[in-house]
Amino acid sequence: MTTARPVTMGAALNTALRDSLRDDDDVLVFGEDVGTLGGVFRITDGLAADFGEDRCFDTPLAEAGIVGFAIGMCLTGFRPVVEMQFDAFAYPAFEQITSHVAKMRNRTSGRVGLPMVIRVPYAGGIGGVEHHCDSSEGYYAHTPGLKVVTPSDAADGYSLLREAIDDPDPVIFMEPKALYWSKQDVELPSRQPAFGKAVVRRRGTDVTLVTYGPSVPMALKAADAAAEEGWSVEVVDLRTIVPFDDQTVMESVARTGRCIVVSEAQGFAGVSGEVAARVSERCFHSLHAPVLRVSGLEIPYPAPMLEKVHLPGVERVLDAIARLQWDDQPDLTYAGGAL
Amino acid sequence: METTAQAATDALLPSARPVQLLDPSGTEVPQAGTARDYVMPSAARLREVWRAMVIGRRFDIQATALTKQGRLAVYPSSRGQEACQVGATLSVRASDWVFPTYRESMALVTRGIDPVEVLSLLRGDSHCGYDPIATHTAPQCTPLSTQLVHAAGAAYGEQRRGRDSVALAFIGDGATSEGDFHEALNFAAVFESPTIFFVQNNKYAISVPLSKQTKAPSLAYKGIGYGVPAEQVDGNDPAAVLAVMDVALEHARSGKGPFLIEAHTYRLDAHTNADDATRYRSSDEVTTWLDRDPIARVEAWLKAHGELNDDVVAATNAEAEARASELRDRMNAEPKVEPMSLFDNVFAEPTAQLEQARAMVQAELDAEATA
Repeated sequence: MTTARPVTMGAALNTALRDSLRDDDDVLVFGEDVGTLGGVFRITDGLAADFGEDRCFDTPLAEAGIVGFAIGMCLTGFRPVVEMQFDAFAYPAFEQITSHVAKMRNRTSGRVGLPMVIRVPYAGGIGGVEHHCDSSEGYYAHTPGLKVVTPSDAADGYSLLREAIDDPDPVIFMEPKALYWSKQDVELPSRQPAFGKAVVRRRGTDVTLVTYGPSVPMALKAADAAAEEGWSVEVVDLRTIVPFDDQTVMESVARTGRCIVVSEAQGFAGVSGEVAARVSERCFHSLHAPVLRVSGLEIPYPAPMLEKVHLPGVERVLDAIARLQWDDQPDLTYAGGAL
Repeated sequence: METTAQAATDALLPSARPVQLLDPSGTEVPQAGTARDYVMPSAARLREVWRAMVIGRRFDIQATALTKQGRLAVYPSSRGQEACQVGATLSVRASDWVFPTYRESMALVTRGIDPVEVLSLLRGDSHCGYDPIATHTAPQCTPLSTQLVHAAGAAYGEQRRGRDSVALAFIGDGATSEGDFHEALNFAAVFESPTIFFVQNNKYAISVPLSKQTKAPSLAYKGIGYGVPAEQVDGNDPAAVLAVMDVALEHARSGKGPFLIEAHTYRLDAHTNADDATRYRSSDEVTTWLDRDPIARVEAWLKAHGELNDDVVAATNAEAEARASELRDRMNAEPKVEPMSLFDNVFAEPTAQLEQARAMVQAELDAEATA
């Protein structure tokens, strides 16, 4: 007997915030437009009304101030959950995040922890104008001391956000905004695997797609399409980029012998490159083909009418699968050219 | 109504000239035309501040000497700024929060933190030698003005907890150009956070003079734009620093929100021991400020009022000397650093990757030990 019902990721995140506010008086939600309006994506909808404006409140429009203020509040025992309105609008807070949020526990020899969550709606696919669609997870993942989390469905949205709020360390909670409205039959409260555990979303035997966040549904579609062409594709959802689950990824690739890392973010010097490097280092003798990446293009995020060209889609994944040396012929894609 | 609104606006403004209660000779200055009433502190408080300044200056000179002996990687001196470092710090309670920069070592020693723990950052054996929670003192902050928003948040947090603690946030003149300075003033004002922003205008940001930082008539005028009352004070006059701090603290503690203070002072030494101040300022300028010595003027006042005699001066100097000597001895001991601790406090619990790195480093160390 299940009471599962269709829930959007946005609603699941809202429920997670509600349940955290209810369970812990020290949890506070603040940021730009999160109060009366309920956030531009309505993730904080109704929280100010239901929990009071001292638990969920609007701040001045200044991201460094929001994050820095949250740091100070942590010193007095609060657990702030702050919202950066959009990925690219979090950059003013970057100094606070990298110089203080990430380092405070370390630079105080463990005496000051910062149990705060910085929620960042990120990535594209919603036709947003410039500065509203960046895949900024790489900046945070590159910074030691930050946990970087990104759900790909409603159940994980709830579970990972609850865990992020309960975590003793600062968490950059990357919300794929294109998935806010995606629905899933789920019974809340849901508790999914803990931080640091990747999940195999689809079993397969020929190739592993390692992906996360906004790219997971697309990778699953690509796996379905590949099945029609006779390939059995496994899809691994990282869920938490930091901590990184080497074990699940490597076990999968060791079984399938082939790996493609799929990310919406531009590939150069990013999370997808890190995953590809780790797989190459650890699974070299299991690999039948080089590890490939299917990522966003190395360009500033394009104007909305062109984002479809930029975003990695099913066809690009299928092309990459086709290049995985199924007949032991060398892949000449990169040979002799400027690449 | 209009008059009331005008009065409320005017109440935010600083005095036209820095508040001064004692002139450089130690003579009391008649008070007229200041934005608020400032009360001469008691002789007992002035004696306490004088004593802490004597000890603080000797500490500062010792710390600079330790750089020459290779015991400190670097030291940013606050010699000449004793009235600010000591006066502001002694004005707050142990339960209040202090948010220092790298130049506030003297302030931290004045606050009662072990000087060896204070110097841990600059010696290089850790990023912060003291316990910020136990001391209610944040780590000394290097990214300029970033600590100010923490101060605003911490003070707001104290208020939310129903306590009357405030935050005292130190900042230099150059850092008022940073965006976080403005965000901190604005957040503190909007949330009525009991935060004292204490700007030590020591005239230089490393080499760049204040005239290249701002066109504001005084840094204290930056308060009114945020609805934050402000004052400027002679930062080499310990009596005035105490008096202005008293007003600021009364304002903050009574729930009226933040307060901004600009203290006009002077950094007698270079930015750090690694800096060469002769490249950007004249020795005549330095000499002028030597004549405005904060210790001499309060000492003169105390002596003139029979509150201090030569025996006490000699005994205090001897105590300062003894403390400096003890500090030197303790700093001459080689600090213990533990390579395996590198992995301890990245997260509350190390990740699998950190454990792997720890094992790698341990193996390297084991190999070195047996080589």
